[in-house]
Amino acid sequence: MTHLPYILASYGLFAGMALVLSVGAALRLKKARARLATLERTSSRPSGAPLTP
Amino acid sequence: MSASPTLVARTGSFFHRYANPGRFLKLGARIQPWLTWTALLFTLAGLGWGLFYSPADWQQGDSVRIMYVHVPAAILASSGYAALAVCGLLSLVWRHPLADLAAVEIGPVGACITALCLATGSLWGKPMWGTWWVWDARLTSVLVLFFLYLGHIALIRAFDDPQRGYRAAAILALAGAVDLPIIKFSVQWWNTLHQPDSITLTGAPTMSSSMLWPLALSMIGISLGFAAIVVARLRAAVMENRIRSLLSSPRRRGGAA
Repeated sequence: MTHLPYILASYGLFAGMALVLSVGAALRLKKARARLATLERTSSRPSGAPLTP
Repeated sequence: MSASPTLVARTGSFFHRYANPGRFLKLGARIQPWLTWTALLFTLAGLGWGLFYSPADWQQGDSVRIMYVHVPAAILASSGYAALAVCGLLSLVWRHPLADLAAVEIGPVGACITALCLATGSLWGKPMWGTWWVWDARLTSVLVLFFLYLGHIALIRAFDDPQRGYRAAAILALAGAVDLPIIKFSVQWWNTLHQPDSITLTGAPTMSSSMLWPLALSMIGISLGFAAIVVARLRAAVMENRIRSLLSSPRRRGGAA
């Protein structure tokens, strides 16, 4: 297994990239969903109603 | 002669029907878990099999295991750019509402997978060829693809008016697609250090099934993972657009003033 460092580096790069991209996408999606839900709640309120509960 | 406009109109209405942002959000939410879990399952199975159970190559030894990451990355790098070109076409011809957003989201993921392809290629090249890099036709054309991705990412964000950025990036994506056949046929057109394709659409694979199966599994898994990440980013982008339009709506601006 003299090529082990090259193999591990390849798989490590793949794992790191997959982790960064997938966690980044999941966090962005979560943040957008929460923000949109908050905005849609407040925009469906009558215009004279207070913004705080 | 009258068939062409009808065909264009029909194709346009087909794409518009299946790319309405609201409909996409519903569809995306439904397919996202399936894409993600299937991708994880196939990738782990393929890479695990490739790393621990598949045989070493009689010439290359264990370094052939890099193939299970490198080959899917290489195929996805080209496929991702082809998807970018399709988005460019949809944007320029049909003013497709989702195509521009999809192009914005595919670009960075495609650039990452191309960088991974180049990096794993170098890591495979060093023990096999004795060098990290050669200005070989295949390697150079993939490097050009990486720069095309970077150019697309920069161009699509370069204008104050997003529509101008989308249009310029769509033209770049379409023009850059000429690199895809060059990548594919570079090993046939030029005398290169890179080996010819082991799997083709027309001929039988030139590798043992004990290597082909883990490669197929990792190919399916990594492709589904690519799709899952793009769908998640695209869903987020559609929601962010909706947030921007809600924040800039006259009622909200009136309320704020």
